[in-house]
Amino acid sequence: MKPTDIGAPDYFHKVVDCQWACPAHTPVPEYIRLIAAGRYSDAYMVNWVSNVFPGILGRTCDRPCEPACRRSRVEDEAEDGQSRKEPVAICRLKRVAADYKQDIRGLLPQPVEQKNGRRVACVGAGPASLTVARDLAPLGYEVVIYDGDTRAGGMMRTQIPKFRLPEEVIDEETGYVLGLGVDFRSGQYVKSLQTLLTEGYDAVFVGSGAPRGQDLDIPGRREAAKHIHLGIDWLANVAFGHTTSISKRVIVLGGGNTAMDCCRSARRLGGDDVKVIVRSGFEQMKASPWEKEDAMHEGIPILNNLVPKAFTHNGGRLTGVTFSKVRSVYDEHGRRRLVPTGEPDPHFPCDVVLVAVGQDNAFPWIERDIGIEFDQWGLPKVDATTMQSTVPHVFFGGDAAFGPKNIIWAVAHGHDAAVSIDRLLNGEDISARPDPMTTLISQKMGIHAWRYDNAISVDRRLRVPLRDISAALKNIKIEVELGFDPQLAFAEAQRCLNCDVQTVFAPKLCIECDACMDICPMDCISFTHNGDEDELRPRLRAPALNASQDLYVSETLKTGRVMVKDEDVCLHCSLCAERCPTGAWDMQKFLLEITHAGPACRASGVPGQPQQTA
Amino acid sequence: MTYLAKPTLHHPTLAKNRVGYTRRDYEGKMSTLCAGCGHDSISAAIIQACWELDIEPHRVAKLSGIGCSSKTPDYFLGNSHGFNTVHGRMPSVLTGAYLANRELIYLGVSGDGDSASIGLGQFAHLMRRGVNMTYIVENNGVYGLTKGQFSATADKGSKSKRGQVNVDAPIDLATLALVMGATFVARGFSGDKTQLIPLIRAALAHQGAAVIDVLSPCVAFNNHTGSTKSYDYLREHNEAVNRLDFWPPREEITVEYGEGEVTDVGQHDGSIVRLRKLHADYDPGDRIRAMSYIQEHAACGEVVTGLLYVDPEACDLHQQINTVDQPLNALGASDLCPGSAALENINASLR
Repeated sequence: MKPTDIGAPDYFHKVVDCQWACPAHTPVPEYIRLIAAGRYSDAYMVNWVSNVFPGILGRTCDRPCEPACRRSRVEDEAEDGQSRKEPVAICRLKRVAADYKQDIRGLLPQPVEQKNGRRVACVGAGPASLTVARDLAPLGYEVVIYDGDTRAGGMMRTQIPKFRLPEEVIDEETGYVLGLGVDFRSGQYVKSLQTLLTEGYDAVFVGSGAPRGQDLDIPGRREAAKHIHLGIDWLANVAFGHTTSISKRVIVLGGGNTAMDCCRSARRLGGDDVKVIVRSGFEQMKASPWEKEDAMHEGIPILNNLVPKAFTHNGGRLTGVTFSKVRSVYDEHGRRRLVPTGEPDPHFPCDVVLVAVGQDNAFPWIERDIGIEFDQWGLPKVDATTMQSTVPHVFFGGDAAFGPKNIIWAVAHGHDAAVSIDRLLNGEDISARPDPMTTLISQKMGIHAWRYDNAISVDRRLRVPLRDISAALKNIKIEVELGFDPQLAFAEAQRCLNCDVQTVFAPKLCIECDACMDICPMDCISFTHNGDEDELRPRLRAPALNASQDLYVSETLKTGRVMVKDEDVCLHCSLCAERCPTGAWDMQKFLLEITHAGPACRASGVPGQPQQTA
Repeated sequence: MTYLAKPTLHHPTLAKNRVGYTRRDYEGKMSTLCAGCGHDSISAAIIQACWELDIEPHRVAKLSGIGCSSKTPDYFLGNSHGFNTVHGRMPSVLTGAYLANRELIYLGVSGDGDSASIGLGQFAHLMRRGVNMTYIVENNGVYGLTKGQFSATADKGSKSKRGQVNVDAPIDLATLALVMGATFVARGFSGDKTQLIPLIRAALAHQGAAVIDVLSPCVAFNNHTGSTKSYDYLREHNEAVNRLDFWPPREEITVEYGEGEVTDVGQHDGSIVRLRKLHADYDPGDRIRAMSYIQEHAACGEVVTGLLYVDPEACDLHQQINTVDQPLNALGASDLCPGSAALENINASLR
């Protein structure tokens, strides 16, 4: 193998599994260390810069970071045989930063007096549009956000129940963005993109979400229509207080997070007997594992492998749902098919059904003859990097771009679209993207002193305290999770392995004494003759079988061998560096910040600073 | 040293041996030696060898004297018996322990000061008595604990860190072990574990006095230009006479070799040491030739390593003095003190 180029921004970025997995590339270990140090406001700001909604995401994020967390690859199985390989509770630590921060308004950018004369319209006031506004308004852009609702937040406000995300958190964090001098046209639903395009905006961003719930067209749907609701519409009615009660027996159809929100909301509005019934098996459900757990914790059974066949009704009154029992069969391509088991069709009686089987994009307000092209699924043709549509100054993001995803993806799209808009309006090629900004700084303070806490905690993942269930079920506005207190947050933060503090190897200093290899608790380090990657991986000191994680290969050393480090299970404990007699190993903090809209993202660069290669 | 103890987390594929332990189970406490010390590498090699041999930790007694090297038994085999004895007196304490309980596996760890200076006499007598043990000398040529004075194994003409030249002749412990009758003599280098681990495995299985003189650079006081015990010097002047593979009795030999390249040496316990010759003229079965070979190469500055001598028919102390098979410490009072009639018989037989 060739020596590893640690100067390439992606190399160390990939080692920070959580940051690499985060669509917005939030520097996770950086803010977790700040939380451990009690610097909650600073931790909040690290988040705010990257993901704009720390308080909201700290409660609702889909947390792609957590399955990626190295902790879940290195922990031991517990002696009782129960699995204990669990990631750091990254998401709920983010909430800690939001909960315990001080007034951070002074740390936010201030509205600019001198506008730059460019006008950008955003359709929808959800997370994607707000991110575009957050990135562009401080640069002097005049950003106008249109939304049919009276308050900003989009699906964060209409679809996420208040017992998961209190209203005041949404108000606060959307308020920070609107406070940057953004023109929010509330209650103004955009009926025609064509008309909007005539209003002289330099760029238009469409962040209108995926606002249409899929229906279930099976017998009885029309006859019992009054008692069958589409999940997201029903949730929106609950959010706005139009719906305040529900019948006693409720069936929720669907296995995604919307279904989980529906059943838990129903439980609070009078549903005593609430069931979730899903076509797929339990493991294949789209809902996040923790959301399923939360629903079951509230006494809601989840029944699987049942495909709805018909709504039964009597004189316009819904009496129940009939299902057919299926099992999943996978063909050679791994595609799933649901095959009836042939057992008799079960019937579940109920008074009302909530249908949460999926969401569609809907663009009735976009004329089809203005140059915006759509694909066969009704989604706009959007460039996945630039977020540009087939009309050069119209951009899409969030669920509106590629169908329903989640908040953190919407934020990432918003950042990308803002960079595109900023470059486009400065006359630059938007397909050229700015490199991230990276720094690599030694953490050494003394022989055994580092600027980070390198001791490895062997604690198990801590649970977030919950409100007593009977109190939680009484009021739909009472938040269920109480959040970590500072003590719990500290203990959980200590589980973080600081994967951003990199092991950096200087081959010229190495005397090949084997000290690092001997002390490494994970047997990550080998000194061996070089070879091809496939040949090298299995014969290292411990086999490096996780090919998704890179090998760090040095230049050839004095004895003709190379140092090979398997990044997969490194604990970043610094013992290699502490044991090294010559300082050939050093622990260096790799901080990567995505370049957002602004002078740094442009080829013309920041005046007075060296030009960035884009 | 490190400031933190090694975390207990380990690689997910870390394997268990036949007796149910992982390699990590053979570790000891956190080392307090200097970062990069060759002795820590030797500890790692001992850990690996014991794990590979499926040794139950409680069947091992590790004894040492005084010095950097003699501290190391604290850093490996944390679940074995240990005795950190008086300076230079490890051999006599070990001999006593071996006489009392012949069933343990004895591992003596010492240094060049402990063995070649204050304990030279003890070293010699342990060899000539043929105590069944493995004697590892962690040889760095300096007194590291007292800031780097020349030890008795420092080569004549080698330079100290501050530039003084050593004027005394060196003691070669491998040669001395051969002279004194050790039945397994080897030399290794802490920077070459592929050579060292099989040597330790074979030595632990050897039923007699086994000595391994392990050159172990002192990174703090003897790893400079002009030193003959530095990593660089040893890598340049290392003449390995053979490469070793070792199989305990129950294991089948699986590695294939070309014809004529290897010699198998069967040991008492059924284990096999297989030697691949690197020097065609070297015969590890010839004690006299081994001594001259070492000296001839030393004269031209070469450090001969590998298995230098092995006597597969080794006879140990208990055989020589004809003791009972049962460990003496397990004998009952009636066996140990058979009464005045028995004493009369013995006395009569000696008249």
